[in-house]
Amino acid sequence: MLGLSRKDTGFLIAVICLTLATPIFLQPFPETSSLAQFNAGYPDLMQRFAIYGIFVMGFNILFGLTGYLSFGHAAFLGVGSYSVVWMYKLLDYNVLPGLVLAVIMSGIFALFIGFVSLRRSGIYFSILTLAFAQMSYNLAYSVFTPLTNGETGLQVYLNDPQVLMSEGAPTSPHLFGLVMNESAKVAVGDWIFTFNVGYYFTAIIAILVFYLSLRIFRSPFGMILRAIKTNRNRLNYAGINTKPYMLTAFVISGMYAGLAGGLLAAMDPLTGAQRMQWTASGEVVLMAILGGAGTMMGPILGAGFIKYFENIFSKINESVLHQWFGWMPDGVQDFVIGVVSPFVGEGWHLTLGLLFMVVVIFLPGGIVQGALLVVGMFRRRNGHDGPKKQESASSAAQPAE
Amino acid sequence: MDAIILQILNGLDKGSAYALIALGLTLIFGTLGVVNFAHGALFMIGAFCAVTVQKLVTLSFEEVDPTRTDFLGNPLKVQMPYVDALFGPSAGEFLINWSVPLAIVLAIPVMLVVGITMERGLIKHFYKRPHAEQILVTFGLAIVLQEIVRYFFGANPIPTGAPSAFAGPMDIGAILGFTPGTVIYPYWRFVYFIFSAIVIGGVFAFLQFTTFGMVVRAGMNDRETVGLLGINIDRRFTIMFGIAAVVAGMAGVMYAPILSPNFHMGMDFLVLSFVVVVVGGMGSLPGAVAAGFLLGILQSFASMNEVKSLIPGIDQVIIYLVAIIVLLTRPRGLMGRRGVMEE
Amino acid sequence: MSTTEKNIVLHVDDVHKTFGGLHALADIDLQIEEGKTHAIIGPNGAGKSTLLNVVVGRLSPTRGAVVFNGEVLTGKAPHQINQLGIARVFQTPEIFPDLSVLQNVMAPAFAKRDGSFKLNFLSSLERQTDIRDEAEHILHDVGLYERRNTHAGALSRGDKRRMELAMCLIQHPRLLLLDEPTAGMSRHDTNTTIALLQKIKERGMTKIIIEHDMHVVFSLADRISVLAGGRIIAEGEPEEVRSNPKVQEAYLGGAHL
Repeated sequence: MLGLSRKDTGFLIAVICLTLATPIFLQPFPETSSLAQFNAGYPDLMQRFAIYGIFVMGFNILFGLTGYLSFGHAAFLGVGSYSVVWMYKLLDYNVLPGLVLAVIMSGIFALFIGFVSLRRSGIYFSILTLAFAQMSYNLAYSVFTPLTNGETGLQVYLNDPQVLMSEGAPTSPHLFGLVMNESAKVAVGDWIFTFNVGYYFTAIIAILVFYLSLRIFRSPFGMILRAIKTNRNRLNYAGINTKPYMLTAFVISGMYAGLAGGLLAAMDPLTGAQRMQWTASGEVVLMAILGGAGTMMGPILGAGFIKYFENIFSKINESVLHQWFGWMPDGVQDFVIGVVSPFVGEGWHLTLGLLFMVVVIFLPGGIVQGALLVVGMFRRRNGHDGPKKQESASSAAQPAE
Repeated sequence: MDAIILQILNGLDKGSAYALIALGLTLIFGTLGVVNFAHGALFMIGAFCAVTVQKLVTLSFEEVDPTRTDFLGNPLKVQMPYVDALFGPSAGEFLINWSVPLAIVLAIPVMLVVGITMERGLIKHFYKRPHAEQILVTFGLAIVLQEIVRYFFGANPIPTGAPSAFAGPMDIGAILGFTPGTVIYPYWRFVYFIFSAIVIGGVFAFLQFTTFGMVVRAGMNDRETVGLLGINIDRRFTIMFGIAAVVAGMAGVMYAPILSPNFHMGMDFLVLSFVVVVVGGMGSLPGAVAAGFLLGILQSFASMNEVKSLIPGIDQVIIYLVAIIVLLTRPRGLMGRRGVMEE
Repeated sequence: MSTTEKNIVLHVDDVHKTFGGLHALADIDLQIEEGKTHAIIGPNGAGKSTLLNVVVGRLSPTRGAVVFNGEVLTGKAPHQINQLGIARVFQTPEIFPDLSVLQNVMAPAFAKRDGSFKLNFLSSLERQTDIRDEAEHILHDVGLYERRNTHAGALSRGDKRRMELAMCLIQHPRLLLLDEPTAGMSRHDTNTTIALLQKIKERGMTKIIIEHDMHVVFSLADRISVLAGGRIIAEGEPEEVRSNPKVQEAYLGGAHL
C-alpha cells in the first residue's frame, strides 16, 4: 500500500495510531494520584514531541544514512522559525504560508551550506557546518537585527502590516480559522485528557513526513546513501557521482529542520536567535544517537525521551523527593535524597550526559539496539534460538528489507 | 600605528587561550588519534581550580574585634580568614591576593589526575572506534563534567581577581615610546600572554629536547614502528594526555581574572578551539599555536570600529569565515600533514 | 594514433608517472584489443597497481594519456570513467559491508541504468524488479545466490571478492580491470574464480588482469605484458613471454615456468 511493503505499511499504521492516541496514553495516571506529574499528555509537551520528532527524522536522513555528522542543523531550525513569524507580521496569523516559506528558505539555506560543507568529509565537514551555524547565530544577533529583532527576539507587533488580517480573525496562530492553542478537555473518571488543535496539526504533519522518510529509507536513493556511509570511494568507482546524492540528502534534511522550526513558531508566535545556537544542534545529535541513528524509529524515540525528561525530570525537586522517600527512616531518607538530588531537577542534564555516555560506550545502536538485545535474550530463553544472532544487532541499521 | 599595536595586544590574550587549548587538543589528537570534545571542560576545570583556591583562602570565621565598635557601640564582629589566623595577617593577605597564580600549584596535580583518569578510564577504549563515536562520547563527558561543576559552584559566573600588583592597566604605549595614554592595556592580560608563551615554549622544548618527547614525536609520526622497537608508547601517550590536561588547566587558571569562570565556558572555548585546530591543520602543533594567535588577533582587528563600519558584523563571524575559507582552499589547514583524518 | 584496425579498446600512450623524484612508470605504451584478456605481470613494486590506478582515474599521469574508445580518460573523475564502461575489482575487496549482498550488487546496476545520479528517493527498492532479477541472476553465476540476504561484511574474504566481481559484471563493462582477483584465495576458490572468468571471456568481455599466480595468468590471458621497474620489458602471447629470457631473468630470477 502507498508504495510500501506489507511490513512497512503495518509499521506506518502502528505509528499513525500511536501518534493520534498520544494524548490518551501519555496520560496514564489519574489527576488525583501523586504520579500525575509524570503525565506528559499536555499540549505544549506533546507538540514538542512531534516537532522534535520531525527535526530528528530529518537529521537522521543525513547522519543516520550517510554518516555525515552535522553540528549545525539548528541554523535551519532558526531559519524556519523566523520565516513563519515574518509571515505573521506581513500577512496574518495563518500558519500555512509561513510553513511553506520555512521549508523553501531552509532548503535554499541548506543548498548553500551543503554545497560548501560537503566538499569536505569527516570532522572537517562537522566543523564547517558548525562554523556556518555559529555564523548565522552571531549574525542574527548583530547585523541581521532588522530581520531577527536581535536579542529581543522576533514577534508580532500591533503596527505590523498584517495585510490579510480581517476583522474578527484569530489573533494567535491558526490554520484557516482553526486556532492552534485551542483544546478540548475530556474527563474520564479521574483522568483528564487534552485534545489540542496544535498537537493534532503537528502530529499529522509529523506522520506525513514520517511516511516520506520511510519512502526515502526504502528507495534506491536511501540505499545509495547507506552505501556512501560505508564506502564512498567504491561507489564512485561503480559509476555513481556521490556529490549530488549527498547534497540532496543534506537539503532534504535541512528542509525537515526548517519545517520543525516553522512549527515551533506555529505553536508559539515568537522566536529568537538562541534557537540557532550550537547547543541546539548538539541536542539533535544527542536525540539521534540516544535512540539509534540510522533506524526509522530510534531517533524519534530519542527525541521523545529527551523532551520528556527535560520537562518531567527537571520538575522533580527536593520537596518531591521528600514526598517519595518519606516512608524511609530520617537518616536513610536524607542520604538517599542527597544521592538522588544532583541528578534531578536542575541536574537532569547530568543524568542526560551520563546516559548519553553509557549509550555511546555500550550501545552504539541506541535504544533500538538495546530493545533488540532484550528481545533477543527473551527469545533465546524461550527456546526460539534465532539462527542469526549476529544479524539481529546489525539489522537495526536497516530494518526490514 | 599605536592603534594597530593595541589591536594586536587585544588579540593576544584570547589568542593565547585558543593556542593553549588547541595545543592540548592537537597533542591528544596527534598522539592518541582521539578527537577530544571534553578538552574545553578541562580548561573550565582549571578555571574552577582558581575559584576553589580563592574560596579556600578566603574561608573565614567570625571574630569579635575588641578594638573596634559598630555604630551601636557594640564590639564589632569581623570576618577573620583562617589563613590570617594561621600565618599572620601579612602572609594571609599575600595568599588571598595571589590566589590565582597559587592555584596553579593545585591545578597541576588535579589536572594530571583528571587527565590520566580520563584517558585510562574512558578514552583508551575508544582508540579503535570511529572518530564520530570519539566525538560523541567525549561530548557526553563534557556535559557531565560541566554539570558536576555547576552542581558545586552554581550557574553564575564567579569573579576571581588578579593579584593587585597586576590588577590595573599598564601604559604599554609609553614604554614603547608612543604618546603616553594611547596604548593602554590591562596588566593581567599581558601576564597571561607571557605565561602562555612560557607554557607553549615549555611544551615544545619538552618534545624537542627530552628522550621522552622524542619518543612521543616519533610515535606521532608512526605509532606502529615505535611500538615494534619495544618502547611502551601507550604509557607515554597516557602521560601526554595528562600533560595536555595540565596545559588546558593552567590556561584556565590564569584566564579566571579575565573571564569570571562559569560552568559552560569550556564549551564556548572548545567550539572556537576546534576551529583553531582545523585552521592550523589537524595534528600540527606549530599550526595550532600559530592559528590560535592568528585568529585571536584577526578577531580583535575585526572588532575595530573602522573595520566594523566597513563590513558590518565582521567581528561576529571573522573566525568562522576564516575557517571556512581555509578549509576550502587548504583542506589540510595551514600546516596540516597529509592523510590526517581523511578517508 | 592508429586506432581501429584491430579494434583497440584502450590505448595507453607514452604514460609516465613520477612520485617526487621516483619514476613509478616510464614510457608505458599499451594497446588492449577488444574481447581479449590482457595480463600485466611483474615483480612487486614494478608499478602494476600504479598503472591500473592511472587507467581508472585515481592517479593522473605525469605525462602521456590514456584513451578509451576515443575518449581521453586523463582528468576524468572515477564515476565518469566508470560510466564510459570501465569497471574495476580491487586488490583488497572494496564493498559496502553494511548492505546485504544483493544490495551490494544492485548499487552498481543503478549506476548502469540511471547514470551517475538520479533523484529516485520516492521509488521503492522493492519495485526495482529488473535490477533485482539481474542481480540475483549474477549472484547465481558467482555462487552467492544463497547468501544474497546476508550482510556483506560477514562474508569470507573469498566470497567478498566474488561478490565484488558480481558488482562489476552486472554493469556489463566494456573493459574490466582485475587487480589480483585470486590473491588470498584457497586453491579451490582460485579454480572456481578461473572458471568464472573463463565464462565471461566467452561472452567477449575485454579484461586487464594483474596477477601473481602464474597458473591464473596462463589459464586466462591472451596476451601478457611484463612490467619491471616501471617499464614494459616484454609483451606478447603467453608462450612468447614464457620463453623470453629477459622476462625469466627480471621476473622469475632465471627459474623456468
